[in-house]
Amino acid sequence: MNMPDVPQVSSELAWRDRLARWTLRCGIRRNRALVKSGLYRVGEPAPESPVIVTANYRMTFDLVRRDLAGIDAWLLVLDTRGVNVWCAAGKGTFGDREVMLRAAVTGLERHVSHRVLVLPQLSATGVSAAKVRATSGWRVVFGPVRSGDIAAFLAANMKATPQMRAITFTLAERIVLVPVELVGAFAGWRALIPFGLLALGALVSLGDSGATIAQPLVAYLAGVAGGAALVPTLLPWLPGHALSLKGAEAGAVLGLFAGLALGAPPLSIGAGTLLSGAVASYLGVNFTGATPYTSPSGVEKELRVALPLMGAAIVLAGVLWVVQAFLG
Amino acid sequence: MNGFRYLSGVASLRLDAEKCTGCQVCLAVCPHAVFGMAEDRRARIIDLDACMECGACANNCAFDAISLTPGVGCAEAIIYGWMHHTEPTCGCSGDDGSPASACCGGLPTGATEDPVSCGEPQAPA
Ligand code: SF4
Ligand code: SF4
Repeated sequence: MNMPDVPQVSSELAWRDRLARWTLRCGIRRNRALVKSGLYRVGEPAPESPVIVTANYRMTFDLVRRDLAGIDAWLLVLDTRGVNVWCAAGKGTFGDREVMLRAAVTGLERHVSHRVLVLPQLSATGVSAAKVRATSGWRVVFGPVRSGDIAAFLAANMKATPQMRAITFTLAERIVLVPVELVGAFAGWRALIPFGLLALGALVSLGDSGATIAQPLVAYLAGVAGGAALVPTLLPWLPGHALSLKGAEAGAVLGLFAGLALGAPPLSIGAGTLLSGAVASYLGVNFTGATPYTSPSGVEKELRVALPLMGAAIVLAGVLWVVQAFLG
Repeated sequence: MNGFRYLSGVASLRLDAEKCTGCQVCLAVCPHAVFGMAEDRRARIIDLDACMECGACANNCAFDAISLTPGVGCAEAIIYGWMHHTEPTCGCSGDDGSPASACCGGLPTGATEDPVSCGEPQAPA
C-alpha cells in the first residue's frame, strides 16, 4: 500500500478553524469555504477501515474530522463546489456520479479491502444507493444525519438508531440562524426600507415631534425582530402551523407594544401593528428556507393565502397613518 | 419531528404497496420517520404530514413504489420560481442568479452549514 500519497488530516480543530467557522456562519470570506476534494486519512486507517464520505464545504469537513477523533478511517471528500451536504444533494452535485467519480480518481479500491461507503443520510436525496451499486460495485450505507453520531454508528456495526435518523431543530440550532436571518432582512434593496419609513414618518407627523416621526420605522424594526429573531427562537411555541401565521403573531405583538411605548395616537398604533405583523409574517414564511421540516407543497399553499394578506395589511397601515395625520 | 408540525394534508407523497418488497430502505433514509412496516411486511406511510418532500425515499426505492413531487420547502425559492416562470430555485449555489438570502441559511455559496438550514451533518451544538 502506498500510504504516503494519501494526505493525513487532524481531528483537532485549531483556533483558526473555529474562527473560520464563525466567520463563515456570518457570511464572511465565503471563498475560503472550499476544501480540496480527494481521499484523506484520519488516524491510521488500515485496508479494512471504514470509508466516510463527505462534502468539500469547509465547515462540514471540519465537523466531520473533529467528530472522527479517535477513529481510524478513510475520509473521501467529494467535490460539491464548497456546498454542504444537504444543499449539494438537492442540487445533484453530491450525487451518484460524483460519488463514483471521486472513488475512481482517488484509487480508493487500492486502499481498502472492502466496498462499503458510509454516506451522510441527508445525501440520500442526491444519491441512489441502488444505482451506485449497480454501476460501480460500491455499496452505499447511509450513516447518521449528524456527524456527531458517526462514532456510535460505526461502533454499532453501522446500525443507526431512530434518533440518528431523525433531523433535529433544537433551540441552539435555531438561534445560530438568527444573525443570518437579521442580516438577510437588511440585505440589498431592503436596506433602503428604513429610510423610506423615516420619510413616511416625517410626512404623516407634520411638525409633530420626535416619537411619532420614528413610529413607522420602529414598527418595521419590530417586525424584523419578530420575524427574524422571535420566529426562529420561539418556533415550536408560537401557535399555529403556518410560518406566516407564527410571524404575524410575533410581529403584531411587538408592533403593538412599540406603538404603545412611543405613545402614538390610536390609528397609528393600529398601523404600526399591521406593518409589523406583515413584515414579520413575510420573514417568518421566508424562514421556511432554513427549516428542515417544511414541504414545498405546504409553503406554496401558505404563500398563496399569506402574500395577499400581507399586501392588504401594508396598504391599510399606510391608509391609517395618513388618516391619523389628517385627524391630527 | 418532535414539536414541529407543518401544514397537514398537503404532501404529495404516495406509496404503491403493490410494488413494495419490504426492503426498508425508505425507512432508513427518511429523516422524519414517515414510513413504518405493516403486518404484511410492506412499508406504509404512517405519518404523511411529517413529510417535507425531500425525495430521499423515492430516489432510493429500487422498486419504484414511491412517488412524489420533490423540492425545496423554501418560500424564497418558490416566489423566485413564480416570478421567473421556472422551477422553484434555491440559492444553495448562488451561481445561477437564484435567490440566496433565506435559502440554506442565507449564504450563496452554500456557505452555511447550519445544520438546520441545510441539514448539515452537524455536531450537537
Ligand atoms: S424502499 Fe420501496 S420497496 Fe423498499 S420498503 Fe420502501 S417502498 Fe418498499
Ligand atoms: S420525501 Fe423525504 S421526508 Fe418525505 S417521506 Fe420521503 S424521505 Fe421522508
